[in-house]
Amino acid sequence: MTVNLSSFIMPLAILLILLIVSAWLIWLERRLLALWQDRYGPNRVGPFGLAQVIADMIKMLTKEDWVPPFADRAVFVISPAITMVTILSAFAIVSFAPGISVASLNIDLLFFISMIALNAYSPVLAGWSSGNRYSLLGALRATAQMVSYEVFMGLSLMGVVALTGSFNILDIVEAQRPLWFCIPQFFGLVVFVIAGIALTHRIPFDLPEAENELVAGYHTEYSGLKFGMFFVGEYLNVILISSLITTFFFGGWLGPVLPPLAWFIIKTFVFICGFILLRASLPRPRYDRLMALGWKIMLPLAILNLVVTGSIILASGY
Amino acid sequence: MTTASIHIDGNAYSVTAGQSLLRACLSLGFNVPYFCWHPALESVGACRQCAVKLYRDEKDTRGRIAMSCMTPVTDGMIVSIEDPDVRKFRARNIEWLMLNHPHDCPVCDEGGECHLQDMTVMTGHTYRRTRFRKRTYRNQDLGPFVNHEMNRCIQCYRCVRFYRDYAHGRDLDVFGIHDSVYFGRHEDGVLQNIFAGNLVEICPTGVFTDKTGKRHFVRKWDLQTAPSVCVHCGLGCNIIPGERGGELRRIRNRFNGSVNGYFLCDRGRYGYEFVNSPSRVRQPLRRDGRGEHHKPLRSEEARALFADILSRKGRVVGVGSPRASLEANFALRALVGPEHFFAGMADTELALIQRQIDIMKIGPVPAIPLGKVATCDAVLVLGEDVTNTAPILALNILQACRNAPMARADALHIPRWEDRAAREAAQQVKGPFFLITAHDTWLDESAELVFKGTPDDIARLGFVVAHFLDEDCPSVAGMDGDRTDIARTIARSLGQARDPLIISGPGTGSGYVIDAAANIAWALRKNNRNARLSFTVPECNSLGLAFMASQAVDSALAAVERGAADTLVILENDLFRRTDKDRIIACLNACKHVVLLDHLMHGTASLADLVLPVGTFAETTGTLVSSEGRAQRFFQVYAPQGDIRPSWQWMRDAMTVRGTLRGASWRYLDDIIAAIAGEFPELQPVIDSAPPGAFRIKGLKVPRETHRVSGRTSIHADTTVHEPKPPDDPDSPFAFSMEGYGGKPPSSLIPRFWAPRWNSVQALNKFQSEVGSDLVGGDPGCMVIEPNTGEEPVYRQSIPEVLAPSGSLVPVPLYHIFGSEELSMFSSSVAGRAPCPYVALNPRDASRLGLSNGDEVEIAGRWRGPVVLRAGLPEGIVGVPSGLPGTGAGITGGRVDVTKVTS
Amino acid sequence: MLSILKTLWLILLHTFRRRETVLYPEEKRRIPPRWRGRIILSRSPDGKERCVACYLCSVACPVSCISLQAAEDEYGRRYPEFFRINFSRCIFCGFCEEACPTLAIQLTTDFEMSEYVRMNLVYEKEDLLIDGPGKYPDYDFYRISGLAVKGKGKGEGDEELPPVDVRTLMP
Ligand code: SF4
Ligand code: SF4
Ligand code: SF4
Ligand code: SF4
Ligand code: FES
Repeated sequence: MTVNLSSFIMPLAILLILLIVSAWLIWLERRLLALWQDRYGPNRVGPFGLAQVIADMIKMLTKEDWVPPFADRAVFVISPAITMVTILSAFAIVSFAPGISVASLNIDLLFFISMIALNAYSPVLAGWSSGNRYSLLGALRATAQMVSYEVFMGLSLMGVVALTGSFNILDIVEAQRPLWFCIPQFFGLVVFVIAGIALTHRIPFDLPEAENELVAGYHTEYSGLKFGMFFVGEYLNVILISSLITTFFFGGWLGPVLPPLAWFIIKTFVFICGFILLRASLPRPRYDRLMALGWKIMLPLAILNLVVTGSIILASGY
Repeated sequence: MTTASIHIDGNAYSVTAGQSLLRACLSLGFNVPYFCWHPALESVGACRQCAVKLYRDEKDTRGRIAMSCMTPVTDGMIVSIEDPDVRKFRARNIEWLMLNHPHDCPVCDEGGECHLQDMTVMTGHTYRRTRFRKRTYRNQDLGPFVNHEMNRCIQCYRCVRFYRDYAHGRDLDVFGIHDSVYFGRHEDGVLQNIFAGNLVEICPTGVFTDKTGKRHFVRKWDLQTAPSVCVHCGLGCNIIPGERGGELRRIRNRFNGSVNGYFLCDRGRYGYEFVNSPSRVRQPLRRDGRGEHHKPLRSEEARALFADILSRKGRVVGVGSPRASLEANFALRALVGPEHFFAGMADTELALIQRQIDIMKIGPVPAIPLGKVATCDAVLVLGEDVTNTAPILALNILQACRNAPMARADALHIPRWEDRAAREAAQQVKGPFFLITAHDTWLDESAELVFKGTPDDIARLGFVVAHFLDEDCPSVAGMDGDRTDIARTIARSLGQARDPLIISGPGTGSGYVIDAAANIAWALRKNNRNARLSFTVPECNSLGLAFMASQAVDSALAAVERGAADTLVILENDLFRRTDKDRIIACLNACKHVVLLDHLMHGTASLADLVLPVGTFAETTGTLVSSEGRAQRFFQVYAPQGDIRPSWQWMRDAMTVRGTLRGASWRYLDDIIAAIAGEFPELQPVIDSAPPGAFRIKGLKVPRETHRVSGRTSIHADTTVHEPKPPDDPDSPFAFSMEGYGGKPPSSLIPRFWAPRWNSVQALNKFQSEVGSDLVGGDPGCMVIEPNTGEEPVYRQSIPEVLAPSGSLVPVPLYHIFGSEELSMFSSSVAGRAPCPYVALNPRDASRLGLSNGDEVEIAGRWRGPVVLRAGLPEGIVGVPSGLPGTGAGITGGRVDVTKVTS
Repeated sequence: MLSILKTLWLILLHTFRRRETVLYPEEKRRIPPRWRGRIILSRSPDGKERCVACYLCSVACPVSCISLQAAEDEYGRRYPEFFRINFSRCIFCGFCEEACPTLAIQLTTDFEMSEYVRMNLVYEKEDLLIDGPGKYPDYDFYRISGLAVKGKGKGEGDEELPPVDVRTLMP
């Protein structure tokens, strides 16, 4: 068996860059939020406050890593790792530019959906194992929210798959050369974005951790490195969803003049900023409204999108 | 007692008829403000604060304002407490009272537990409208106990009513006229009454405050408190010690309807400072050889050394202590073995106390609870100087004396609670109270008849009284006519009384006196089942210790002298108070090892090879048995600093090292209590005297600190900013914390009296099943002596002979409330009021011996002091003060020669 | 739906707004005199310690960060033997100042008291006591209270009558 060195280096490099970028995103988010709230944000440590992230990391790593005596220890310790592992695995299918990806499978998309589904275990187990009522409430919310929105996310992508005829990421991107799917799959895009926010449980859909109701929801009892994993996991998630929006609906790395990787980064960056803008602007909906939105609007919309897409494809004489 | 149904603000209640309306309202839980009324002093109607509205009938809508404390409850009464008119009346009344009240609360020691503050807030008076100048007074120096700040007075008259009418004090009165009456002495000087300290709690304002507390003042809300028992005499009064910052700050009364009621004596209230004394032993000390100085030792070293001393196959004997808890004594008994355990008192004293126990056990006359003494209507005191050996008993006797004269008030249909009128009706008539003692006492002037004589005379007179009451009692030969008449008078009065009470004790050192008291009580009992008996004991756990030991100090020393023992373990005891000084020194020197567990540095401590620091009553939990046989638990108030530990823990650890002994398995205090109950069936009630350490209410401990306690995050901040975790206390249901069960705990676990809107001690009303009666859930404590009421007792037969006259004198111990008790003399305020050693002689005896006031004399070759002439001492008696520091054991029994010392 | 988009747009426009942040410590704001900053103990107009050690501030403090011990001088004046505030706990709520009946304890405009060592935030009386009367120049508790102290006997305070002569019988 020949060992291809680059097949190790590439994933490792991607992993490293992803971790660094997601940590740096914390800084970005704080600066952008400040910008939109007429403040400065962290601007003291290092140039533009960039080293703030390093300071924060040092603080987080040196904090007492405490497991409450009433927690289910094993599960409590494993839960934050689940988040990291599943999200990083999901990145395996992301193709940043032709040739820059960890793996290219013919079931890319299914793999992504299944990883996202596994990710739901993290908050659920974390909240349950904490032995704290607020955490448990957070976990319950997370379960319902993630399980429901996964359905629409899957459905919303079916249109893209139908148009491409493949689950493979490269095929999907290539299929967008004539027209980015954001036009024919506009409703798919809307459902995907909303479901994406819900799955990352970020504001406005951060009900599982809603701090003014549930202290900090499922991760109330976490501190130190374990809390850090949830924290960084959230930003990884943001990057993941943003890069998939780029990939599925905005032509991935496709674009004129600039190299493909640059296009990918630019597009993804815009969507990341979009996530932050959402956080800066929107209030959290009530929990029942969130579920109603999912089942009463998103689901019909996604199905309708699929049906219409299918009919058009059939009608256009495939 | 009949019940009456009354309507208060539209609701019907059923209460006891005839009591005062104020008491009824308070018992029902209504917050009616009051000042001059006090549950023990009853009503005079002086303050006009307790106004309520009374209505003639349902149709009466106007009503009339009346003082509830002066209104008897009648059936069908219609009352309003909340009527706007009467509320306004009460607010205006407070405003009047406050016209001249100084702007003092911040600098007033009463602040935060001030009845005036509570009532002012309760009535809603908040703003001073008057523009006139305030009246002022000059204060007086009233001695070391009570501080005077007369400006704060609201003229409620409680102080003089307590001091003069209740406690029979003479030197506090009301002076002046109209709006400038003055409550104080005729001139500066020490308040003479031994219950003067109660003014602190009686006065509803800050006029009288605790002077010793002023030196280390903290407010009530900052005190850490736990229920405790006074250790300064054998009565077992219930107290609330308060601590802050590792220092005991004060003692307050803890109401127990069966024991001390509302009051404490000044020894109990002010003796506490021994806990903070510079003479405290705070770390283990060892001495390498005779004559060496003590050197401090680390705790572990001390433990190892103690265990080592015990394991050297020496012949160990243990000397217990009448001022240590049952648990500590039992631990020592287990450590050395029952046959090597000696009670820490003179053998004669142990014999006297065991004689008392026998009498109480044989019955059939039960011991009377201290708190019920005031209900008796005839009292005979035989031999005991109760004022000085059992002060609260004396106070209660004074109340008992009122009962017979009160018949006149009853005849005039004046309710007894109408205090002024009832006293007016009873005039100065003295009740049937008879004192047969060896010398003049403070109670003399309250007694109907006083007889003084030698202990033998006392006993003989007692036997005659018994003989008059019952022919079966042995008669006494050779009594003169006078004495026979006295005896007949006494016997007749006692025989006619409804609730006669006989009081005696070991104070004279004579067993005959105790026997005579028993005969009288038994004889009375034949015709009157209400007859009661009460014996005093010298120290707080004398009775408990007497249950556990059959031999005492003299026997222990004899064992050393015989060579049967070479190692002495002494528990909380200064042997020099027990017996002859030279003998003790010789014995201690003859021992290979002397180990002392105590909290104060005294004569014995300075001769001990190893001194282990132990906790005082405030720092440990344990059980004491009071003179009436009541086992009462005292709870640790605060965790001691440094190496101080409870005695039983030192001994438990020593046993653990030795490995073989039973005590090694004692983890908690409750383990020892269980062992005590197992070994001494009669001490079984000790288990029930208070809930065990595992007791919880709704899963919570009872907090020792108030919910308002302050300074938690800064009190230790000078040493550390990390607030230290409070110590655990597995031995009691209390926590060293403000957190815990917030409601009212069982009566034996009440750490303080406080109720919403009632910050002062008057909050007690809310803890009583009916105001003035016992605590909700029954008064704490369990009786360990169950009198055997079945069989008829056999009268005591041995009567002392009349001794042929001689030139020698009979020594009689003289007790001093301030001076005779060991621990309180380490308290500077009490020590300041103690006499110097002296020798009291009747002037005629003195002139016969050629002695005059101030001459230095020697008695029996070992007691020295200046002569004090005392006319109240009968001829033939020499009075020797008992227990003054440094004077060694007192002299009792036999006859002694008094010789002048020429220097 | 439309309102959500509008919100997003409005927020996005904030990109071009001026920032409100004052860049302390380069820039400093004017502090109003009733600011609740570092706590001091003041003195009465005659230069004596105002605090009478009444314990009211300590019991009012919601975080229990004040502790003290009362003492009395030979003339009857009360003062704190020690007075300690643990500023690492203080929340600058000002309750202590409101509770103080003598206007002794006052919060000031100084707030620059950060420390690297928490222990340094524990202030003792020496650190708290200032030489002047603080915000209230005239108040002197002992002129109003009935207590006699050095320099003021019974009846010599403001609004006081001379002491009652108990022995007189005059109406
Ligand atoms: S007596 Fe009461 S009301 Fe008067 S100054 Fe003292 S605490 Fe204040
Ligand atoms: S001194 Fe106290 S108890 Fe006496 S009258 Fe005045 S306020 Fe009442
Ligand atoms: S400002 Fe508030 S927290 Fe600070 S000391 Fe005063 S009362 Fe306590
Ligand atoms: S409230 Fe004022 S007078 Fe009272 S202790 Fe505090 S600072 Fe001193
Ligand atoms: S309590 Fe009734 S008048 Fe004073």
